[in-house]
Amino acid sequence: MYRIIGKRNLNPTVTQMEIEAPLVANKALPGQFIILRVDEAGERIPLTVAGVDKARGAVKIIFQIVGATTELLNHKKEGEYIQDFVGPLGVPTHTEGVKKVCIVGGGVGCAIAMPVAQAFHAQGTEVTSIIGFRNKDLLILEDEFKACSDRLIVMTDDGSYARHGNVTVPLKEMLEAGETFDLIITIGPLIMMKFVTLTAKPYGIPVTVSMNPIMIDGTGMCGGCRLTLYEDGKRVTKFACVDGPDFDGYKVDFDEAMSRGRMYFDFERRAHEKTCNLLKGAN
Amino acid sequence: MALDPKKHEMPTQAPEVRAHNFSEVALGYTVEIALEEAKRCLNCKNRPCVKGCPVNVNIPDFIAKVKEGDFEGAYQIINETSSLPAVCGRVCPQETQCESMCTMGIKFEPVGIGRLERFVADWHNAHATEKAAAPAPNGHKVAIVGSGPSGLTCAGDLAKKGYKVSVFEALHTAGGVLVYGIPEFRLPKAIVAKEVETLKDLGVDVQTNVVIGKTLTVDELFDMGYEAVFIGSGAGLPNFMNIPGEALKGVYSANEFLTRSNLMKAYRFDPVTPIMKGGKVAVVGGGNVAMDAARTALRLGAEHVYIVYRRSMDELPARKEEVEHAMEEGIDFRLLNNPVEILGYSNPDDPRDPKNGFVNGMRCIRMELGAPDAKGRRRPVPIPGSEFTLDVDTVIMAIGTSPNPLIKDTTKGLEVNSHGGIIVNEQGLTSREHVYAGGDAVTGAATVISAMGAGKIAAKAIDEALSAK
Repeated sequence: MYRIIGKRNLNPTVTQMEIEAPLVANKALPGQFIILRVDEAGERIPLTVAGVDKARGAVKIIFQIVGATTELLNHKKEGEYIQDFVGPLGVPTHTEGVKKVCIVGGGVGCAIAMPVAQAFHAQGTEVTSIIGFRNKDLLILEDEFKACSDRLIVMTDDGSYARHGNVTVPLKEMLEAGETFDLIITIGPLIMMKFVTLTAKPYGIPVTVSMNPIMIDGTGMCGGCRLTLYEDGKRVTKFACVDGPDFDGYKVDFDEAMSRGRMYFDFERRAHEKTCNLLKGAN
Repeated sequence: MALDPKKHEMPTQAPEVRAHNFSEVALGYTVEIALEEAKRCLNCKNRPCVKGCPVNVNIPDFIAKVKEGDFEGAYQIINETSSLPAVCGRVCPQETQCESMCTMGIKFEPVGIGRLERFVADWHNAHATEKAAAPAPNGHKVAIVGSGPSGLTCAGDLAKKGYKVSVFEALHTAGGVLVYGIPEFRLPKAIVAKEVETLKDLGVDVQTNVVIGKTLTVDELFDMGYEAVFIGSGAGLPNFMNIPGEALKGVYSANEFLTRSNLMKAYRFDPVTPIMKGGKVAVVGGGNVAMDAARTALRLGAEHVYIVYRRSMDELPARKEEVEHAMEEGIDFRLLNNPVEILGYSNPDDPRDPKNGFVNGMRCIRMELGAPDAKGRRRPVPIPGSEFTLDVDTVIMAIGTSPNPLIKDTTKGLEVNSHGGIIVNEQGLTSREHVYAGGDAVTGAATVISAMGAGKIAAKAIDEALSAK
């Protein structure tokens, strides 16, 4: 059992928790993820590590309440326990040798982008961050990004806060104006990562995307997290849990990944509704 | 004394009943049947059956105890060499091991050794009240990576000798393939849990949610004071055929399909982990894993389940009993067939149609057997122009696995072969001092009992190395 030693709502649908897991805290690096189960009967869900506090043995996770399991997790209070917490899994984000980076985060993906931005900032890389949200109410981590970015651009889809439009707008402007980066890292919805990659393509700037497919064991056993890369004109199967979660954006078959991500859409929607009703009854 | 030429059948659930439930297929011998079957053992001098057993169970001795009606005594004899008798009695391919060597088998059917072993283990689990006592500690610490058959065997053998053993398991439940892979109807999870509890009584410490190679490395285990490490991390990433359509929704690896059903309990009513149920299912492959996947799909409510295998019945690598059970349950064997493409639904008028991207068929080609290959197995050759489409909604690939890279990538000096399997000598020792390995991590996909045999060999070698220190 793993104790919840901190909990904070970042917005109505996004929660930050700190879980006491010293072995994981000791090892986790930006870009890696954990898998948790809320209770004995729970499903295994992957969540990216949003930060660690080694002194307290704490691992920070940030999650959006989208389904039955995240709903149950959000229902847990500080001081309570979750059943299982394993990690760190996946390959850490490569940060070596990058002098100038652009981090593009969308929605709750910004929670994953934040420790990556912090790691670049800490090693002296010049960091430009573009973070986008659907609206003002969903904005998270603005102050944290300010602290680790040389330049921060906040976007909202509906214009209810900061600049109006999606994250590719300022990226395109910068690139068209002749600005260049050693690397663009984008983390967020698949459709956003696809368009960030397409925006960068004419300029030949490397793009790293962070994939978050359906997963069960997370250690390279089940193969549920597979995705297709185009390598040397061939389609190659890779596994996000051991080969990723970071991949070269130019190689990823995004359309296939989006299709696979919807495999259990109906099941998950029904399960979420049922859990909401159960929790309502419990309150 | 007239000897019964045939081994006693084990009562089973009727095929038409068991095809719709997850309860165990075979029900086990009754006391009466066990006593009768035990009488068939000739107690011959040269004991060939013992040599046929990868862990060398003293078979004639335990059967002699069964004859006397001393079932606990029989259990204690098995327990001297096997840490998982209730498991072996169920999943060992006895027909190619102990029973294949049985003297009775020369003229008649061999003694039902596996069935008797299962009977004895179940009798013990139902009747024994005394817990195994932890032996006096010998002061040495050993770490075991993985709680599958090889790791549990190695742990059990060392614990019995007084070693302080810690088992590190990546998943949330101990048992490895015994819990995520082999289905409930073939090996009830309560039996695995019971065997793990027995090891804990011996003082074995089982730590779940620790991924060696990630949470901790092999080198860190030595830093923590462990004097030897046994790697029994099991099979790795599932293989696919690299044919078009394998990324469609409704295509699973057998590992994923079975893990969803077994470990995550997706077979239960109202599960939290989803799985595709119903419809028509094709399982590609002919091993035990393919049989498990096919029979699981059937029990989950599939209308029709195919086994698609590129060779013929004679080459099917699965245990004979599993193939027979699958056939009785109505699994449709399409032998000498090989998939060439998986087909998916696509609505040309509506890109948002929720059915888009789901499997709706599998193109196969008929095969014939050609000349034998290097291993002596006749090679399947496609018959030109014989393609046809199988109408299916789910495809499960059960064509083996490749070793997991996590430990190899994080353990300096650990040598692996061209397939990624860890290289070991006859004692199970790897290229690293005091690091041993066994099971699928070494051999690639194999059987539970061969993994147990490897765990046993390594335990002996570890004991010799550490007690000489």
